[in-house]
Amino acid sequence: MEPVYFTFILMLAILLGFELISKVPATLHTPLMSGSNAISGITLVGAVTSAGAGSDLIATILGTSAVIFAAINVVGGYLVTDRMLGMFKKKESANDK
Amino acid sequence: MNGLALINLSYVFAAVLFILGLKMLSSPATARRGNLFSSLGMLIAIVATLLGEGIVEFQWIALGFIVGGMVGALAARLIAMTAMPEMVALFNGFGGLASLLVGSSALYLTPVESGFTLATIALAILIGGLTFTGSVIAWGKLSEIISGRPVLFSGQRIVNGLLLVVIVGATVLFCLNPSNADYLYVVIGLSFLLGVMVVIPIGGADMPVVISLLNSYSGLAACAAGFAINNIILIVAGSLVGASGIILTNIMCKAMNRSLGNVLFSGFGAAAGSDTTIEGEVKAMSPEDAFYVLEAASSVVIVPGYGMAVAQAQHVVKELQELLEANDAEVVYAVHPVAGRMPGHMNVLLAEADVPYELLLEMDAVNPRMETFDVAIVLGANDVVNSAAREIEDSPIYGMPIINVDYARTVFVLKRSMASGFAGVDNPLFFKENTRMIFGDGKETISQIIREFSN
Repeated sequence: MEPVYFTFILMLAILLGFELISKVPATLHTPLMSGSNAISGITLVGAVTSAGAGSDLIATILGTSAVIFAAINVVGGYLVTDRMLGMFKKKESANDK
Repeated sequence: MNGLALINLSYVFAAVLFILGLKMLSSPATARRGNLFSSLGMLIAIVATLLGEGIVEFQWIALGFIVGGMVGALAARLIAMTAMPEMVALFNGFGGLASLLVGSSALYLTPVESGFTLATIALAILIGGLTFTGSVIAWGKLSEIISGRPVLFSGQRIVNGLLLVVIVGATVLFCLNPSNADYLYVVIGLSFLLGVMVVIPIGGADMPVVISLLNSYSGLAACAAGFAINNIILIVAGSLVGASGIILTNIMCKAMNRSLGNVLFSGFGAAAGSDTTIEGEVKAMSPEDAFYVLEAASSVVIVPGYGMAVAQAQHVVKELQELLEANDAEVVYAVHPVAGRMPGHMNVLLAEADVPYELLLEMDAVNPRMETFDVAIVLGANDVVNSAAREIEDSPIYGMPIINVDYARTVFVLKRSMASGFAGVDNPLFFKENTRMIFGDGKETISQIIREFSN
């Protein structure tokens, strides 16, 4: 796979990101931030690859520490977002605004 | 179909779930499900990677999952809602650090020849490192372990400029000599230093911008790490986060009428600005008298700020709201985009106190009808209601969109003392004809008003 192909995908993803986020209301900015922050923990996938390759001691050590930090980011990020979103409640009675 | 194609197919599926998840975050009704979708995408991406051929040892991965997962879960469970901004900052920093480590480990996995790959490794390390230390400093400022004041020294720009030059030089040397680990250490060290230097000159009130910017960086770091290890899902997910963080940063800057460059480099709030002295008399009021005004009011708008978070006053505010509603008054909340220390900070606190989100109005929805409110209660907000932004042209915050509470019939400002807000700018609002200052701890003041209601 070549860099050009990756760059192409990069561009599309960035544009999509712009498009998705500009529609999020201010009320949800904090959960949005912590939720997207959890997604940035995707680096965990790369960490797993390094930690499990079993080829080089240094790579394994670096990979394992990366797994620890990325797992904190992913698990903590999703749980904290869920906890926050659980608090957002609608008014019980009918209300038009 | 071979294994690699299957993994890539799972990645596509994961990416779709991330996108759907982000999309569902745009409405409070679907947001929680959206977050679940997004976490499912993460799970699929990880499982698919674990099943790949390249993974031969599982014990270290398991160790990392157990340690990191437990720390993350405990932190997410135990943290108080008021400490949310610093928690998000810290999680973000760990993501950056992980990307730095992934980038570094790529050097040891296979001999790297390509200049492009080396450059992306260097980029993953640089962005990851600066995200890490920058987030740690932001965490320190938000949790008040270190002072929230901007740290400025003479020649700061020169030092930062030199630092950038050194970083570029070190990165080039590193790419030319990948086998020499010394250059790697230098790049890592410099990236850490850069993160510290970038965040220390920024004041606490500008933290919403910094947090969203660092959030963007952690995504970009993951993206660069994806290029370094040829992993497509890292590139896609990382750039989604990077883009979303940039948009959010832009929204925050617009809400302050300042450019990103101004936020990052001006050390706003260190230099107290204008020469214009504000003439007028401050009229103080007791909570008892405030009660009589509120009892007669038929519409009330509450403007919360960082002071509400500090005083932890969100629950008593909700109690006051219920009493006023029982008294047939309309109560809404007006939330400025940069009120508090992170984007949407006030909304989360009020949600914690069970305030329905329909009652939280954005600045643009409240301002046109401000004249119709009998009482505006400013609770721990200062700069976001500072009428100097409209009236005093040489004020540092002139032109910033504010919530025009002074157009309401009566304004109550709940405040500890006459000290100026974080921006260090005097507030003409306090001297207006229709403004009444109620001095004291915000929570205590509101509790007193509530007691008057029950008498």
